Amino acid sequence: MAKVIVLTSGKGGVGKTTSAAAIASGLALRGKRTVVIDFDVGLRNLDLIMGCERRVVFDFINVINGDAKLNQALIKDKRNDNLYVFPTSQTRDKEALKRDGVERVLEELKDNFDYIVCDSPAGIEHGAITALYFADSAIIVTNPEVSSVRDSDRIIGILASKSRRAEHNLEPVQVHLLLTRYSLERVKKGEMLSVEDVKEILSIPLLGVIPESETVLKASNTGTPVVFDEESPAGRAYLDAVARFVGEQREMRFLQPGRRSIFRSLFGRA
Amino acid sequence: MAGNLVQGAVFTVMVVRAGMLRDPGFEAELAEQVQRSPRFFLNAPVVLDLKEAAEFASEAEFAEAREILRRHTLTLIGIQNAAPVQADAAAAAGLAGFAPNATQLSRPRPAEAAPALQSHAAPSVAKSRLITQPVRSGTQIYARGADLVVTAPVSPGAEIMADGNIHVYAALRGRALAGAGGDAEARIFCSRLEAELVSIAGHYLVSDQIPPEHRGLPVQIALVDDRLTIERN
Repeated sequence: MAKVIVLTSGKGGVGKTTSAAAIASGLALRGKRTVVIDFDVGLRNLDLIMGCERRVVFDFINVINGDAKLNQALIKDKRNDNLYVFPTSQTRDKEALKRDGVERVLEELKDNFDYIVCDSPAGIEHGAITALYFADSAIIVTNPEVSSVRDSDRIIGILASKSRRAEHNLEPVQVHLLLTRYSLERVKKGEMLSVEDVKEILSIPLLGVIPESETVLKASNTGTPVVFDEESPAGRAYLDAVARFVGEQREMRFLQPGRRSIFRSLFGRA
Repeated sequence: MAGNLVQGAVFTVMVVRAGMLRDPGFEAELAEQVQRSPRFFLNAPVVLDLKEAAEFASEAEFAEAREILRRHTLTLIGIQNAAPVQADAAAAAGLAGFAPNATQLSRPRPAEAAPALQSHAAPSVAKSRLITQPVRSGTQIYARGADLVVTAPVSPGAEIMADGNIHVYAALRGRALAGAGGDAEARIFCSRLEAELVSIAGHYLVSDQIPPEHRGLPVQIALVDDRLTIERN
């Protein structure tokens, strides 16, 4: 049975789209049939980050409104046969996301995919609520920074009360913390919240810590999800996070003093 | 020696707003409430509050009100906040006139469909409300007519309120308002004081005003002579 995962945060600009692209790609690399959907109607970015902006013909809103079929809108990723991108409209706005239409589309996707990754817009209004409504799992993307943590807390509360699972008294949405743009150096200087600080405030299980990395900007600009960049520490961290998500054990790599010594790469835990 | 034939006594009595009796949903709601705690309501005395119910003015209406309440095992014994003509009609119906009760609140009630059985009684069935999950930012919890017990952290930006006491067996980082209905004896207990605001019966302190030596520690907060006092637990 397909699993619906939402990448949400409350706060804007913390790495939802980057993470959605990376995680969807990571799942596809593991052989899972994955579709990543852009819920940010009017401010679409997922197509850019996935590098398929020049192949968008029909979009999520077209399919919801019945103007196009699902297979006309889905874009197959050139790097991996298991990965599909479902872009959204740039010209409409979030009012175009009708909940029953979204439900219908998700039901149809469930027949064809193992994982449906939903890239949520920022905020707590209609767009964000619609993106999280049908989720089975939620990955709360958080920066180690006070306003991001506060907003993540809020969105966790909203998941617990306004998701479909909450409204129908089903098993609650499984929430996971993904800490992004983490800099161990800054944490040690006392400039940045540590993983422990954030875990204590949010009290949800930690899925992964993604280190701040210049490779992320490069990835966005080239439309290549960062997991495809083998040199990228962020990419490796995302792959670890995906491994943990599907149940494997992985140590957190980027929390130890970051001397990239040759000994670590020879003997260090992969 | 005659002694005192008539002595003063203090009783706590339930009050029903007269206007509620006109509400079609009232009897159903009342029946449900009574059914939940039948012994508490059996033959319980009720006073009818005539505030903003000027139309309630005939002997027959009071008799009917008594009958409605009797059907739900309640005994109508009197009225309060009556205009003179209402007082007369009530007396003719055999009802006593009470002075407005001391805990009468003039703040507006939130619009609810629930019957206005304002229980000013020290209830023998006061249940504490228990919250075991973290209270997230933006969440509001109100334990009406009860104590509130929370066994998980209360986030900044969350608000927890109770008419009774508040106990947080974890970090309290949001706002806590005890004695929300005016009970000055309510207290706040927490394992870790990091609150944005604490209040008892309307008297409050914001985070800045809380002495730094108490921050992060287990404390008990009480209202003494209209001032909030904080004691280490």
